Amino acid sequence: MSFHPEIFLQQIVNGLVLGSIYALVALGYTMVYGILGLINFAHGEVVMIGALTALSVILALHGAAPDLPAALYILAGTLVAIPVTMTLGYTIERVAYRPLRNAPRLAPLITAIGVSIVLQNVALLVWGRSYHPWPPILPTTPHTFLGANITDLQIFIVAGAAAIMAGLTLLVNKTKLGRAMRATAENPAVAGLMGVNVNVIISITFVIGAALGAVAGVMVSANYQIAHYYMGFILGLKAFTAAVLGGIGNLAGAMLGGLLLGLIESLGAGYIGDLTGGFLGSHYQDVFAFFVLILVLVFRPSGLVGERVAERA
Amino acid sequence: MLARLRKNPAAKWLGLALVAAALAVLPFAVEATAGRGWVRIIDFALLYIMLALGLNIVVGFAGLLDLGYIAFYAVGAYMWALLASPHLTANFPAFAAMFPGGLHFPIWTMIPLGAALAAVFGVLLGAPTLRLRGDYLAIVTLGFGEIIRIFLNNLNAPVNITNGPQGITKIDPFSIFGVPFNKPLAVFGLNIPPVTLYYYLFLLLVVAIIFISLRLEDSRIGRAWVAIREDEIAAKAMGINTRNVKLLAFAMGATFGGVAGGLFAGFQGFVSPESFTLLESIMVLSMVVLGGMGHVPGVVLGAVLLATLPEAIRYTVVPAQKFLFDRQVIDPESLRMLLFGLALILVMLYRPAGLWPSQVRKREFAAAEKAGRVEPEQFPDRTDASEGARL
Repeated sequence: MSFHPEIFLQQIVNGLVLGSIYALVALGYTMVYGILGLINFAHGEVVMIGALTALSVILALHGAAPDLPAALYILAGTLVAIPVTMTLGYTIERVAYRPLRNAPRLAPLITAIGVSIVLQNVALLVWGRSYHPWPPILPTTPHTFLGANITDLQIFIVAGAAAIMAGLTLLVNKTKLGRAMRATAENPAVAGLMGVNVNVIISITFVIGAALGAVAGVMVSANYQIAHYYMGFILGLKAFTAAVLGGIGNLAGAMLGGLLLGLIESLGAGYIGDLTGGFLGSHYQDVFAFFVLILVLVFRPSGLVGERVAERA
Repeated sequence: MLARLRKNPAAKWLGLALVAAALAVLPFAVEATAGRGWVRIIDFALLYIMLALGLNIVVGFAGLLDLGYIAFYAVGAYMWALLASPHLTANFPAFAAMFPGGLHFPIWTMIPLGAALAAVFGVLLGAPTLRLRGDYLAIVTLGFGEIIRIFLNNLNAPVNITNGPQGITKIDPFSIFGVPFNKPLAVFGLNIPPVTLYYYLFLLLVVAIIFISLRLEDSRIGRAWVAIREDEIAAKAMGINTRNVKLLAFAMGATFGGVAGGLFAGFQGFVSPESFTLLESIMVLSMVVLGGMGHVPGVVLGAVLLATLPEAIRYTVVPAQKFLFDRQVIDPESLRMLLFGLALILVMLYRPAGLWPSQVRKREFAAAEKAGRVEPEQFPDRTDASEGARL
């Protein structure tokens, strides 16, 4: 089996695109975990609802006015999806997590699974079981770069994700709100004594995470040109893996973990056939994320940039 | 009333005899009133009781949240499917040469084999996760469950081991003392249909598993599991070998899953990866949580409720919708899952100890309520991984 540099480069490009999306979703997990120490199991479903809402808006708009520029459709879809998922994020926190803040740790995890099932089946009732394809609004002619193909959409995804992550980093590190969030993550009781309204901060964290999820949902469905009610589960799981890989609770870690996982998956799926002599094929792509997750949790539970090795995770 | 029963051995035995008699005639009564389809539903409820009791050992007794439990069910089912169907001999000449009469292992070898193999998988899964707790453990076990399903789905090429998404068909039905379970059996002029034969077999095993669970709960090991659930460090300090005891919980819980899986394969005559999705794991978990984690009668109640109620909904919702809207508005399957999700949320919010909790759990929750809190800290305990977590 000979090595083709242009195929390798193409896998890197695909991996970076995928990784940017994972990173955005992973930020939603990591922010909530950083503040509450809780896995928001339903986050993947929030992303799914964001994607389907945006797609419905895009389809409706495309039906009404088919000749607008592609960016306008996507912008409109995203602008509708963001408030929807924000409301959803707020409601989930209020209904399912806040009453259980003092309960044993298993309790919020189980309600989170419950919320996830409910959202999935609500989406099933609203959008049905079928796969919803995107309308043909995106330019498909790729740019060629050292033999690898990059579409406008892929450039947009990577650049957009980078801009959002930079914005979020500024928000958390430089603003008053960010300071309150960091204080709450450090110690909620003391932050409360210092005049931080902890409940509001927690709500805001959920809402920001959900908004990022909506953007990621639009990106992932645009990337695959398809959206369906079941897309949130596996995406959420991979994004969670990315968050753990980078060090859960750490913003930079989520971004790094997302990109790394995207690359691992894309290169792994591309080369597993050659490595195992054809025994395992690219349909094992989904297994990589799980193996990475298990390996990280077993050997380095604090993740790549986590601060302290956990005694008992 | 119950307390008096416990003190009076004669009344206790009489009560047990009455329950046994009721269970013995149950399939006939159900068949006469609701039709044979419902006997089949009860058979499945019995399988779910086995699964729920197995998961109860891991989640309820030892407090280890396992979201990949259905993998052990799959291991048991696929083992049975491979050792009692023409699949292996048809695809591998070596097997055909070894077993010229075809692979037909009897039930006596299959139940212990399935239990043992599932236990091995339980230890394999348990060993790398020993250091993990709570949500991390849940996610890793979920990952394991999905990995097993993905492999079952894809191991049909280049070597056809599991036959991929099509699954394995033509699995031998059970046969005990030469009595095949796929034909009606005539006893004293009474014609017992196959579903009822399966009912008795499953009932027998459920009784055995309930007995084992109850004895385990009161044993030294059972108390060690509960100690780990309540406080692992304290348990260690009391001299419990937490590593071995946790591995034992995984192995023991997996055993029940493996047996149930084998029975499922023989009962259906067909297995495919479709039956072993994450949703099934969550369904079994819902049974344990809804009934009352760690309380055997509660878990049995939870399993019976969640296995039969959705079927009842299916039988009432579809005609009701036809009547009200003249067409089917809501797909009964998604309604079923919707209700599962809501049940999980509502039970956790309003009855965190479950519908029928054990006395100990009830006392613990009541005491916590009185004190106005369950955990000593105001926020979830942060002595674990999240300690390294900073925004």
